[in-house]
Amino acid sequence: MIAAGEPAPDFTLRDQDGEQVSLADFRGRRVLLVFYPQDFSPVCGDQFSIYQEVKPELAAKGVELLGISVDHRWAHKAFQEKLGIDTTLLADFEPKGEVARAYGSYLEKFGFANRVLVLVDEAGRVAWTYEAPNPGEIPGANLIFDALA
Amino acid sequence: MTDLTSAAVPPIGADDHVRGEGEEGLIVYADLGCPRCAADWAGLAGRPGRIAFRHFPVAAKHPRSPALHAAAEAAGAQGQFFAMVASLYADRGRVDDPHLWERAERLGLDLERFERDRRGEATLARVRRDFLSGIRGGVAGTPAVFDACTLVAVREREF
Repeated sequence: MIAAGEPAPDFTLRDQDGEQVSLADFRGRRVLLVFYPQDFSPVCGDQFSIYQEVKPELAAKGVELLGISVDHRWAHKAFQEKLGIDTTLLADFEPKGEVARAYGSYLEKFGFANRVLVLVDEAGRVAWTYEAPNPGEIPGANLIFDALA
Repeated sequence: MTDLTSAAVPPIGADDHVRGEGEEGLIVYADLGCPRCAADWAGLAGRPGRIAFRHFPVAAKHPRSPALHAAAEAAGAQGQFFAMVASLYADRGRVDDPHLWERAERLGLDLERFERDRRGEATLARVRRDFLSGIRGGVAGTPAVFDACTLVAVREREF
């Protein structure tokens, strides 16, 4: 797992609409990377649905969320529509899990990322991380607000 | 600004929706639009002791949830909170406004007051208060059950 204080590895991935998104685009702003196992699993649904409910409070803290999983962008698009969320979802699809590996969130035995939160500061450095004890456990939104306090 | 940092869920208070008798009790954060909550709530119904129901509507997932929680709160203002919860969970396919009016009539509620209350600021604030206390307590899925303010159970899921 990447640690606080380290530079956040840059990446460019396609989002649910096919647009290229680079971490470098967010320089000067704070961004929370939300690594998660898979689109459409019940837990992922809960995680992003609940973060959606506190989106105004996150926006007030000047933080943007980026979801990242190994799913393809078409799956992300359908997942986003199903959940009724507007969080940007990035496809770490090919090479599979490359970004998750760079951040140390990839679980080789499952073939997807664990639930990992990485807060990247305005200068592009890792400010805080959280790794779930297992992929079935959702990090509560309270943990994000603790990190931002 | 709303503080959403971690904080233990508040103990059962006088203005909670509480069923049963006893000193301690379970606190359940539940979503009235959620099928898992409906199933678990039915399972908890026969349990002895106190149980407090707290609102945790997740609108992104269940778009009608905010309206259902407001309806339960408005029914509660006329003493029929748990009857409305039971009715909503028993028939999850009928959750549009006309269905809420039918329920209100069946429960003998003053319909005009019910309509006024369920759209009122106080009702929205009451529901949001529960929701935010759940967020601060780490609720990250429904239903979430706390015993003596400690999370004891979330429904098992696949990932």
